[in-house]
Amino acid sequence: MIEILKEPWPWYVSGPLIGISVPLLLVLGNKMLGISSSLRHACAAVAPFNIKFLRYNWKTEIWNLFFVLGIFIGGFVGGVLLNNGLPVNISPDTIKDIQGLGITSFQGLVPSDLYNWETVFSIKGLVILGFGGFMIGFGSRYAGGCTSGHAIMGLSSLQWPSLVAVIFFFIGGLLMTHILTPLIYNWLN
Amino acid sequence: MKNIKFLLVGILFGTVLTKTEAVSWFRIQEMFRFQSFHMYGIIGSAVVVGAISVWLIKKFKIKSIEREEINIPSKQFSKGQIIGGTIFGMGWALAGACPGPLYALLGAGYPVILVVIASALLGTWTYAWLKPKLPH
Repeated sequence: MIEILKEPWPWYVSGPLIGISVPLLLVLGNKMLGISSSLRHACAAVAPFNIKFLRYNWKTEIWNLFFVLGIFIGGFVGGVLLNNGLPVNISPDTIKDIQGLGITSFQGLVPSDLYNWETVFSIKGLVILGFGGFMIGFGSRYAGGCTSGHAIMGLSSLQWPSLVAVIFFFIGGLLMTHILTPLIYNWLN
Repeated sequence: MKNIKFLLVGILFGTVLTKTEAVSWFRIQEMFRFQSFHMYGIIGSAVVVGAISVWLIKKFKIKSIEREEINIPSKQFSKGQIIGGTIFGMGWALAGACPGPLYALLGAGYPVILVVIASALLGTWTYAWLKPKLPH
């Protein structure tokens, strides 16, 4: 049994399980699935200053922080306890494209070429991880949600503003992957 | 104590996200290059299951376990979905993760991801600060 769980889970198993979290949260507490809000609550808890958007009683939203703490624990369960030690089974075309960016390590869930402490504190790390992270936080709050809140919760409840958001998530992602990424890596490698 | 159930749903969510490799930088690259169906299958089937569930909840007026009426507030359209959405997508493709995977990757033993989380917090805070000046 454990051996089967250690295999990478196919999309037709994982997708429905992720979808189930929508009714689970609704039935267990009338909560809407959403992850990027946790970043806002953290800002509201730690550094609200005089910013109107951060002046609210974040404690009423504490369930969301428990939820993301669970995701962190789930990462440990899936990534450590159930780790099969094999590289992510991506398509050969992707491997070729990524090698073209100068990535050489295909072990683990993220490439150690980028995700290591030395790179983090170089210009390369600052741009890719620092600026990338900044855009994740800034953009998701500006859009009012991320992949979970808009793509999964929003589309599941047939909200057209979420569809607009998801379309632009992809426009941004495609722009980055196909136009900006080659330029950025060329400049930094 | 009443928050433990949300912790448990989070553990399920995080485990699934990690074991299906949706938290992987490599999978995000593959998705934006249209080189595999994997990520589309995950998001698509999650939405189908979510939509059927929401429809059932509405149709049969299912109540929450605290016997409350389940309400799903509508999301308001703003220019943020366009401008912010594009910025978020760029960050997603550049760092190779969205917010859920950031927490999961930390648990999966990649402490370097803390830098991305810290940057995402800074980005969120900056948005909050600039919000009155941004088009909505």
